[in-house]
Amino acid sequence: MSGPRIGILALQGDVREHSRALTLAGAQPVEVRRAAELDEVDGLVLPGGESTTIGRLLRVFALLEPLRERAAAGLPMFGSCAGMILLARDVVDGRPDQPLVGGLDMVVRRNAFGRQVDSFEVDLDVVGVPGPPVHAVFIRAPWVEKAGDGVEVLARVAEAPVAVRQGSLLATAFHPELTGDFRVHRLFVDIVRSSGSGR
Amino acid sequence: MSEAQSAPSSGPAADSTRPGDPAARHAGTARVKRGMAEMLKGGVIMDVVTAEQARIAEDAGAVAVMALERVPADIRAQGGVARMSDPDMISEIVAAVSIPVMAKARIGHFVEAQVLQALGVDYVDESEVLTPADPHHHIDKWKFTVPFVCGATNLGEALRRLAEGAAMIRSKGEAGTGEVSNAVVHMRTIRAEIARLAALPAEELYAAAKELRAPVELVTEVARLGRLPVVLFTAGGIATPADAALMMQLGADGVFVGSGIFKSGDPARRARAIVEATTMFNDPDVLVKVSRGLGEAMVGINVSELPAAARYADRGW
Repeated sequence: MSGPRIGILALQGDVREHSRALTLAGAQPVEVRRAAELDEVDGLVLPGGESTTIGRLLRVFALLEPLRERAAAGLPMFGSCAGMILLARDVVDGRPDQPLVGGLDMVVRRNAFGRQVDSFEVDLDVVGVPGPPVHAVFIRAPWVEKAGDGVEVLARVAEAPVAVRQGSLLATAFHPELTGDFRVHRLFVDIVRSSGSGR
Repeated sequence: MSEAQSAPSSGPAADSTRPGDPAARHAGTARVKRGMAEMLKGGVIMDVVTAEQARIAEDAGAVAVMALERVPADIRAQGGVARMSDPDMISEIVAAVSIPVMAKARIGHFVEAQVLQALGVDYVDESEVLTPADPHHHIDKWKFTVPFVCGATNLGEALRRLAEGAAMIRSKGEAGTGEVSNAVVHMRTIRAEIARLAALPAEELYAAAKELRAPVELVTEVARLGRLPVVLFTAGGIATPADAALMMQLGADGVFVGSGIFKSGDPARRARAIVEATTMFNDPDVLVKVSRGLGEAMVGINVSELPAAARYADRGW
């Protein structure tokens, strides 16, 4: 059996961890660095990393507009941490000129929980993920400051949304790719399967 | 099975608090320390000595900056004791950029590390570039919430640093020379020693641990994973986009550039070029493009002409 082909934006960040989690969740991961490679995938992961770095490289390597078009056209995307920031409509406490892909009707706050010494792990209930709580790893993580009516909040920490979904776009402030628990990735693979579009 | 699962966790056991409750949060665990370094992969960390340089680095796409008082080339040129930077300077850099800020403490100087942690830096580099404070003991890094990166010239040294609690390793290279050969040797050595371990039968790992002077648990873990259980960056002599791509092709997870950027003719342009070369390290067309018109590289020093006392890589054990 062959699962859906899911791209991982491989400009910078924890690509290897997402690749492993996608494999465990039944998908075929492929690295994406060029616009043409977007035509070959059924969904796309925007990994953890530095959102300013990835945003600048998206512009340099002419991926920003193609990604915006794909997100608007319904290609399923999942962003963790920096990936969540890239999927936001706007960002606060970021760089004013920071390039964003957008697609999710939300404003996120960068480094919302503080600096690295404030990074933490915690158990979270996540809507759409059956079974025990998800062990969530937050690293200099953002949160959702403001979410539009069409955005479903899947999990919160101290009232702030940290996992959201709008249509076929999924985003988490934490890093499900770091724990070996691939249930959030399975949720995304299910979104990709049921969207049946993409190419 | 992820390496993160096998990492020791220092937080208290989960209690009966409801999920997401702040009281149930665990900070400073091995997983968040090592995980932070995972997020830097494929990126460039740049030495900066002013807030203005930090902004140039961030604009160029650096994943983090290393705040220090003098870049290694100036430490070499000016001599004297090299110490942790002025807290005011570090605070200015922290305030100037949105990306993570690292800072250097002297080998064994745990109070400098305490100061850096209290300042809110995101990573401490226990660095051979500064004058060592203790000829025998490195910092006990398990005692800190802030994560540490340490230099290594070979696998045994890398594993000894991990045993002390380092959450990220970099090759030492020979900082401040602009000469990449030592970084190449250290990276090849570490990779070759890992490959050898991975090929050994299990019963020979005990003697391998003795030879490496490293804990057998870590030796066994490396043999099983076929790599370090933490991120492995390169440092020490990277001065050009081609140097950065060379180190990435040799298996580095990312690149530290010290003197190579702000001791060159056009720092902003060189910084951008090294970032792009690190991302597209396998694409010669991109490497050609970014290598053009960079202006003067930093003036180099041949490592073979350095007297033994001037070699930073020999500091630490």
